Amino acid sequence: MAECKRENLTATEVAAKALEMRRMIIEMLTEAGSGHPGGSLSAADIMAALFFHEMNVDAAQPKMAERDRFVLCKGHAAPALYSVLALKGFFPKEDVFTLRKLGSHLQGHPDMKKLPGVDVSTGSLGQGLSMASGMALGGKMDDAPYRVYAVLGDGELEEGQVWEAAMFAAHYKLDNLCAFVDNNGLQIDGNIDCVLSPNPIADKWRAFGWHVIEIDGHDIQEIFMALDQARTVKGQPTMIVAHTVKGKGVSFMENQAGWHGAAPKPDEKDRALAELV
Amino acid sequence: MTEKQATRDAYGKALAALGQENKQIVVLDADLSKSTKTADFQKVCPERFFNAGIAEQNMLGVAAGLAASGKRPVVSSFAVFATGRAFEQIRNSIAYPKLSVIIAATHAGVTVGEDGGSHQAIEDIAIMRALPNMTVLVPADGPQTRAALKAALEHDGPVYLRLGRLAVPTVYGEEEPLTIGKGKILKEGKDVAIISCGLMTSVAIEAAELLAAEGISATVCDMASVKPIDRQLVYSLAAGCGCVVTAEEHNIIGGLGGAVAEVLGECCPVPLERVGLNDVFGQSGKPQELLDEYGLTAENIAAKAKKAISRK
Repeated sequence: MAECKRENLTATEVAAKALEMRRMIIEMLTEAGSGHPGGSLSAADIMAALFFHEMNVDAAQPKMAERDRFVLCKGHAAPALYSVLALKGFFPKEDVFTLRKLGSHLQGHPDMKKLPGVDVSTGSLGQGLSMASGMALGGKMDDAPYRVYAVLGDGELEEGQVWEAAMFAAHYKLDNLCAFVDNNGLQIDGNIDCVLSPNPIADKWRAFGWHVIEIDGHDIQEIFMALDQARTVKGQPTMIVAHTVKGKGVSFMENQAGWHGAAPKPDEKDRALAELV
Repeated sequence: MTEKQATRDAYGKALAALGQENKQIVVLDADLSKSTKTADFQKVCPERFFNAGIAEQNMLGVAAGLAASGKRPVVSSFAVFATGRAFEQIRNSIAYPKLSVIIAATHAGVTVGEDGGSHQAIEDIAIMRALPNMTVLVPADGPQTRAALKAALEHDGPVYLRLGRLAVPTVYGEEEPLTIGKGKILKEGKDVAIISCGLMTSVAIEAAELLAAEGISATVCDMASVKPIDRQLVYSLAAGCGCVVTAEEHNIIGGLGGAVAEVLGECCPVPLERVGLNDVFGQSGKPQELLDEYGLTAENIAAKAKKAISRK
């Protein structure tokens, strides 16, 4: 019988974890002096729900065979992943202050060879969903109980490989694969509709044969309900289109493309932390 | 009479045989299974064969995910598409995390023939060789292809296995184990060392015979393991013969010739002549016509050998 290490925290408890993640994201990015706050903050609730409610993972056994897998396709949101892994106990919390520094296991983008809890290395946009599909296929071949979760950016949907993976996962009926689009509407050069629109996002995934659920990506209950529904879907992978706010939780970062890839200065950190309470 | 076999044919048969023994092997192809011969595997292990369709980038990513799940994925397509279209997937999803994916690419080099330059990979060794963690194997014939596939399956890390479409003479009478990082001396001589890989190895043996008829004694070294290259052997051949010729069905830039030049430049700078495509793309034609057109012949290797000797 598979060992279950699912934490199954309540929505209130998950929200508290997400708040703690956001504080850590701001602090580690300020210390690093570079990195990506906007998309880390927008994905924090989704990842808190996955790691503290949904996924069967165990920091004491990061390679546990039957663990659920997680792929951060939008690898630049690494601070969100590092904060949740640290809170789960995969490594000491203070390690987050080594982010992006020489010799750190917290690379600018997640590195599976360096950090326990990272199932595959990501960072180059468009590649994660293929790897997630490969892990889902491997699980199917072995009749393994694990599920594979992935988080994509909405700008990332401009990469052609994403749609190759979309076809593949639907064709091979990978119903053990559940992905999110962190639909915060912004990418480095501005609004996704102005740069190269991936809209209508939900319709595209439906047309590619996925089961699609649209939610508010900051409503923990809605995230839970979508995950519950995804687990019941047979013969199709699930895409949860999560409507989010880039920079969520820090007023001066919200909906600002400029905060995609700029670290807060110390005074900005203080202002941000004052809001994250 | 020398038997002829395309390395892709040997690959398909070996993959089917090994696949029945090793249940962790999973094969992916991009709608070319009849040409790459992965169809041989599909026939005997259909439950472990997946057609990824004409979508090479995703195919290499799926292979990475399978490797991360403990499978032994082997992916095939034509060399141009496997290494070119999916280069960055190989770089970031496979080589960077050192995942054990075998990229067995067929239709390498100009002997693809009539399909023309768009389909003839002449840069694939160079781009794969430049990736950290990547091993590059270019077998000379059918028996060595089987040995290379076995070595690749036992290796921890990604392997690029370069295969051809054209039936080529068998160099190795029987299958000999291939050791990654080791070259093989096929013929010993003292005046010049010819270092070759792939189908040019049988051509290099012919060249050595032509040279012998003129009283020139040539060593022939098969360097199927282009990366890691057998530095010690290259050094000892250069030191022993005093000059070197390389022969490959690839651009002279970045492939076997480039790898040998790097070793010689650092360890033993002796005259070097490189036989290969002289930084040009191929074109349509019959395979033998193309080999002749680009100087991938015994006669040209012999001429380059004499030139190298004259530069000592």
